[in-house]
Amino acid sequence: MTGAAVSSERAGGPLERPTTPPDSDAGGRRTLRVRIQGAVIGDRIYTAAITLFALCVPVLLVLVAVEIFIAGWPALHRFGFSFLTSSAWDPVNGVFGAAPAIYGTLLSSAIALAIATPLAIGVAIFLSEFSPQWLRQPVAFLVDLLAAVPSVVYGLWGVFVLLPVLRVSVMPFLRDTLHLGVLPFFSGPAYGPSMLAAGLILSIMVLPYISSVSREVLLAVPRSQREAALALGATKWETIWGAVLPYAKSGIIGGVILGLGRALGETMAVTMLIGNRPQISASLFAPGYTMASLIANEFSEASGDLHLSALMAVGFVLFVITLIVNAIARWLVWQVSRGAGEKTA
Amino acid sequence: MTTPSTPPMRWSGAYPTATREGKLRRRHAINAVMAGLVGVAAVLATLPLVVVLLYLLNRGLSSLQWHFFTNMPKPVGELGGGMANAIIGTLMLVGVASVIGLPVGIGAGLYLAEHRGSRLANTTRFLADVLNGLPSIVMGIFAWQFLVRPFGHFSAWAGGVALAAMMIPQVARTTEEIVRTVPVSLREAALALGYARWRTSLTVVLRTATAGVVTGALVAIARIAGETAPLLFTAFGNQFWSTSLNQPIAALPLQIYTYALSPYDDWHAQAWAGALVLIALILIISLVARVATRGRFATAGD
Repeated sequence: MTGAAVSSERAGGPLERPTTPPDSDAGGRRTLRVRIQGAVIGDRIYTAAITLFALCVPVLLVLVAVEIFIAGWPALHRFGFSFLTSSAWDPVNGVFGAAPAIYGTLLSSAIALAIATPLAIGVAIFLSEFSPQWLRQPVAFLVDLLAAVPSVVYGLWGVFVLLPVLRVSVMPFLRDTLHLGVLPFFSGPAYGPSMLAAGLILSIMVLPYISSVSREVLLAVPRSQREAALALGATKWETIWGAVLPYAKSGIIGGVILGLGRALGETMAVTMLIGNRPQISASLFAPGYTMASLIANEFSEASGDLHLSALMAVGFVLFVITLIVNAIARWLVWQVSRGAGEKTA
Repeated sequence: MTTPSTPPMRWSGAYPTATREGKLRRRHAINAVMAGLVGVAAVLATLPLVVVLLYLLNRGLSSLQWHFFTNMPKPVGELGGGMANAIIGTLMLVGVASVIGLPVGIGAGLYLAEHRGSRLANTTRFLADVLNGLPSIVMGIFAWQFLVRPFGHFSAWAGGVALAAMMIPQVARTTEEIVRTVPVSLREAALALGYARWRTSLTVVLRTATAGVVTGALVAIARIAGETAPLLFTAFGNQFWSTSLNQPIAALPLQIYTYALSPYDDWHAQAWAGALVLIALILIISLVARVATRGRFATAGD
């Protein structure tokens, strides 16, 4: 398909009859050469331009990494490894440890995935295996729309609808009526803003990412796989469980990890619902911090250079974690889609 | 290699008839239960969207009057405030981001599609996916460090660049996927007619893929229009009228955030109205994007 540009007789337009009279053939040939040269130059410029645009992507990533690292270096240098392990976050005394934020990030994401994963895979299975044809598009559209709602709108809804419900009904119900209060996870006063609230809103926000990847992966499972199981006498569910899901497994895991990447970095809704307190508490009812909400909440009011640098360092840690998580997820999803491509070929 | 499938199929005559029927009944029961559960999951997953939208309509419509679009924010206690500056601000920020992000993103996408196997293409594709997954707050502090700190003041520029940085990888990937669906024969036909390669790419390939590329662009715009975190420390927000790219500028998401966390009922109502306007804007863009591609590129991708 890559016909060399040199072979084109005329830069740009389709071939036309030469309009020059036959006796000035030399001139015509010269114009032709100019045109060919024009095409070559045009191609060079074009290739250079799109290569430059493509280079923007790696350059941007490196730039982000370098800028944030440089800004965070004073804090990282000052506190060393204890920046990650210390739970003291005290801007007044200039002592900074990111452990509460890291803990909060991991815990809220874990809650989100624990709720969202089964639901998302359920939706994906429903859409790819059970749903009648006419329902498929609308439901898929609605689930995808979940991802289109801005974070701050979820936050707004969470503050005025979810938090009161949690404070008045859900938390007392879990703690007192179900007597789960004996467990450390469900003990303590029910304020509303909490890990639980953040985890719940995150679960809504990551669900569409997990389910859309899962759906794609499930749809990529070859028909023959299903037909073989059905022909052996398996019920529909046995087919899904025994033949479809194992085939799609690593792709679905990739989708879940992709959702994890989203949950780790989600900022606005979490900032509005988590209570923003740098503490490590086993209780899901207690307020906490995530790395993203810590930055969002304190950055504009940072007291001094070290505080700012510490926040940048938190940003760098978040950057590195999401980078690794996303890389793993992409790799897993690619493995599956490449495998599917080979099989259908 | 196919994964070995081992559905439990031990009913082949090894059991007395009664047991066999019981087992079969049990298997069908499990099947029905799981089908039910999966259906419940579908309902539960779509429920939050419906609930959130209903709340937005309910609370937002009551405080959404004409002056919301035409008036400036007013101090607490004064009625009749609006978000005119925030609406203009959001449009400007999205505009700046699109002007920077779309050409670069589409260009990078063309490169990815045309130099499919090259090392730079593979690296770029992977890094674009990784960049796509980066938290928006990270983009925010990056833009602050890069464009706010050196100049010493917040600006609409910085916000627009932060949003553009989020657009580029996404637009690049969608453009690539769409351009790949353009049949090779089309490109070959143009080349055989004597079109130069650059012209083939721009006027034949890209033009054929226009609908898809536009959709990708719209989806990216819809996404960044609602972003708050990258603007917190760049565009910063502004209670006053400003259309200067060099000054801090108001934005709908920022205004919603500020008002939602304020202690005033009046501002809460404004926040709901702002959220309704924002979501309406985003839904309209998403719907246009969806309609634009209906049919033609429905199976875009691999």
